[in-house]
Amino acid sequence: MTKADFDQKIKTGVALVDFWATWCGPCRAAGPIIEELSKEYAGKILVGKVDVDHEQELAAKYGVMSIPTIILFKDGVEIGRQVGFSGKAGYLELLKKV
Amino acid sequence: METYDVIIIGSGPAGLTAGIYTARANLKTLCIAGNTWGGQLMLTSLVENYPGFPEGIQGPDLMMNMRKQAEKMGVEIIDQDVTKVDFSKPPYKSYTSDKTYQSYSVVVATGAEFKWLGLPNEQKLIGRGVSACATCDAAFFKDKKVVVVGGGDAAMEEALYLTKFASEVTIVHRRDSFRASKTMQDRVFANSKIKVIWNSEVTDVLGENKVEGVTVKIQDSRSNIQCDGVFVAIGHTPATKIFAGQIDLDVRGYAKKEQESRGIFIAGDVHDHIYRQAITAAGYGCEAALDAERWLGENK
Repeated sequence: MTKADFDQKIKTGVALVDFWATWCGPCRAAGPIIEELSKEYAGKILVGKVDVDHEQELAAKYGVMSIPTIILFKDGVEIGRQVGFSGKAGYLELLKKV
Repeated sequence: METYDVIIIGSGPAGLTAGIYTARANLKTLCIAGNTWGGQLMLTSLVENYPGFPEGIQGPDLMMNMRKQAEKMGVEIIDQDVTKVDFSKPPYKSYTSDKTYQSYSVVVATGAEFKWLGLPNEQKLIGRGVSACATCDAAFFKDKKVVVVGGGDAAMEEALYLTKFASEVTIVHRRDSFRASKTMQDRVFANSKIKVIWNSEVTDVLGENKVEGVTVKIQDSRSNIQCDGVFVAIGHTPATKIFAGQIDLDVRGYAKKEQESRGIFIAGDVHDHIYRQAITAAGYGCEAALDAERWLGENK
């Protein structure tokens, strides 16, 4: 996801967005789990990734100062976030907020 | 209920190496890996001192490789936390939130957990200026002021890494000297961006929605330091809470090794507070596996 399509994509429904970067170790640990979730929840929620190296403005806008940060949006509004690698259970817990 | 030959609790280099050895020796092996499997290396970036990788390897990649290797050997792995154990008599029981597993022998390889300062506002501001991983988060502090708390090698590494981005790095340490290796200390003292506040303690993290500073207590006086980031590096504590009353622990909570006679083997940082390296943990994992194999041959 980029600045250009971000607002449009999260505007309606539920979106789970992974703020990450290629050089971040814990992000590499979280990545495969986020991908798993995107398959498991296909059609139900939008799962997206924001590369903070390229999208510094988006990272700043959402106050992301630590990665990985996973933010859950509902109809464009943040309803929860999980900072740091927290395993699949951590992300499932976050999704319970929907 | 099915009984495993070996249950390994933990999935860092110690646990997975133990698994590679026990499964390869045809022992029926279950690794209860934990919800955040892989251990401390999952939170690192480039590992330059693990033999066999001349260009270094990313910590998470190293762990994913070890896991693949363990699975290939036949280790069954589940990504859940052990919530309770009962080692009072064999077969030994390990409980997760929804299941019970049992085994003739156990390898305890739960490693060590990251230690936070334990301040309420610190927890609230994690990810909003409070961090435990400079290699992950330093880039967010370009031209900003940061504080590093701690005095060991990890604190030195965090401080040095932060100087690539931050304008000013202040190390707050509660003693009058560092515990870090001389090499790391020399690098820190030679870096003009780093200053050190000795004999002092961080007693509060300031800020509502993001970090704005810290309160530092020096002897009996308190003062505030303005900063945008706080990096905590005060060490690790052995992850042995679930084993209280079940295995022998020393006064600091580290698992003692002398319980092999009943088929309980200890490996890695859960026991080792001296070396704490990926390669030593892997070595201890191998040792535990070979000991378990011999013990099962004599006692099963």
